[in-house]
Amino acid sequence: MNGKDISDLVLKIENLVVHYETEDGTVEAVNGIDLQLERKRVLGLVGETGAGKTTTALAILNLIPDPPGVIKSGKIIVNGKDILKQDIKELEKIRGKEVSMIFQDPMTSLNPVFTIGEQITETIMLHEEVSKREAHRRAREILELVGIPQDRADEYPHQFSGGMKQRALIAIALACRPKLLIADEPTTALDVTIQAQVLEVMSALKEKYETSMIMITHDLGIVAETCDMVAVMYAGKIVEQGTLEDVFNKTKHPYTEGLFNSIPKINDRKAELIPIPGLMPDPTNLPKGCAFAPRCSYVMTECHERPVELKRISDTHIVACHAYNKPDFHIRRRAGER
Amino acid sequence: MAETMIEVKNLKKYFKTRRGMLQAVDDVSFSVEKGKTLGLVGESGCGKSTTGRVILRLIEPTAGKIIFNGRDITGISKRELRELRKEMQIIFQDPYSSLDPRMTVNQIISEPIELNNLIKDKREMERRVLELMETVGLAERLINTYPHELDGGRRQRVGIARALALNPKFIVCDEPVSALDVSIQAQILNLLGKLKKQFGLTYLFITHDLAVVNHFADEIAVMYLGKIVEKAEAEELFVNPLHPYTKALISAIPIPDVSSRNKKRIILKGEVTSPINMPDQCRFAKRCMYVDSKCWESGPELREITKGHFVACHYV
Repeated sequence: MNGKDISDLVLKIENLVVHYETEDGTVEAVNGIDLQLERKRVLGLVGETGAGKTTTALAILNLIPDPPGVIKSGKIIVNGKDILKQDIKELEKIRGKEVSMIFQDPMTSLNPVFTIGEQITETIMLHEEVSKREAHRRAREILELVGIPQDRADEYPHQFSGGMKQRALIAIALACRPKLLIADEPTTALDVTIQAQVLEVMSALKEKYETSMIMITHDLGIVAETCDMVAVMYAGKIVEQGTLEDVFNKTKHPYTEGLFNSIPKINDRKAELIPIPGLMPDPTNLPKGCAFAPRCSYVMTECHERPVELKRISDTHIVACHAYNKPDFHIRRRAGER
Repeated sequence: MAETMIEVKNLKKYFKTRRGMLQAVDDVSFSVEKGKTLGLVGESGCGKSTTGRVILRLIEPTAGKIIFNGRDITGISKRELRELRKEMQIIFQDPYSSLDPRMTVNQIISEPIELNNLIKDKREMERRVLELMETVGLAERLINTYPHELDGGRRQRVGIARALALNPKFIVCDEPVSALDVSIQAQILNLLGKLKKQFGLTYLFITHDLAVVNHFADEIAVMYLGKIVEKAEAEELFVNPLHPYTKALISAIPIPDVSSRNKKRIILKGEVTSPINMPDQCRFAKRCMYVDSKCWESGPELREITKGHFVACHYV
């Protein structure tokens, strides 16, 4: 990941800080994150409610609602373009063409008064110089690709089930073959057998169009199944980042460990769940030191006092934890223990 | 022989809709032994929540029998039912909408006690509320807060404290952790497990999450379109699933393990439909990969294949 030629990168985020300035105080949603994504790779952005995953995604599209959202600092380069410096016209060209996003809730992401076919056609015509007829033909083609019969293109969203709506959204998002697809909890609202269908469609299309992807999820199972790289977020910061293998089998951060210990293990039903004690900190009043310190079982005095820097463990693996200043520190979760 | 806490026999709940009769729960029978947990799993619309509500008679069954602690409660009067509700309670999925926003934690937990005239003395009531709060792990200082001031995990604890207020024997847990983050989910699951031991509770645990039910339940029943298609001890069901639907469900669970990444999955075609005016056929036939003419001709009965392992499929 280090020293890669910039042209290999689809996405590069540097020191992104996003706050929401509300009457009740400033919500520090994203607090200085760095991310890179190479072509054709899938990055899993993992964390619980309020970790800042969705804010990060919206920033990549320059869609942070303003007010109250303010991008305090940072640089976001998508496909060589500096997103935060584009004017609205340019952004409209970029969204849907260079970067697309699929949202969690398929029920509210489609326009109820247009047919599914019209909504895909619209996207294609916005970005490409094609006739309406040609756009319509392509819309039907891509519907077929996501597993929806072509003749249903003339139906309205309410005639589609949840799984089909999500597939229609995937069709819209991929209609112009974007370089980067951001999927924000794309299957959370779906049943598990439908989730399996949707994930399969997504990974097939991603292969076909050579799209890079950011998969935002709280489900470590989905990460294991779909991602190459993983970044774990907590209170607006990346606390651990690496390859799938790094994060899952050589877990370093106590929070990542806590997540793994909290989930029931399908192959070992008797395994005890070890919850992370306490709650996520109030984002309007984050601790001075490490944000995870109040819940951490390895906490030391300096964790409360000093902010944490990212430490490089290997070429691919980084962690933000003071404990690794001690050379012999290791967490309790053993490699491969699940 | 172990005592039975709750038994349902040929339970049916039909809803009239404009498109016809919706057979939400159709001929479901099972029983739960005292001190055990039966997990009821299935996808949205399979009738699992309706089953839970019919058992508590929060909605009236269309047909069938509900036997609670040896007593047929299917036809008992409202007054008798009120007495009975002390013994059977429910914990809801969404701690955001199941608590009255205008009541404090104190009022929410003490309301069922008040309604049943169990404690009249104010100081004694406060003691009881604090005791319940301690049982579910809520700090004393939260006694006068309102639900909106609490996070999801704490709200669910309030819901649990309220359910425990009348010392029930049987609790229907309807997706109690689905709305919570994993680290909080584990806290609540551990709490429910602790309470079960502490008070000798019997649970009907309704969920769509197979990993959770596998961890939590002693026995599991899988529902599809209003019918139980398979029922077995949890261990047996996961190691040796027999119904094609159960196999597909288990296979579809994403496993947080790098080595199972390229596992071959069973991907079902189609989607869950509504069980409206269902003819006598296997309800899974439309999506089943082993479907045969017989499946369209008659619905399979739930049969015991090995001891304690029941399956409703013509070809098992």
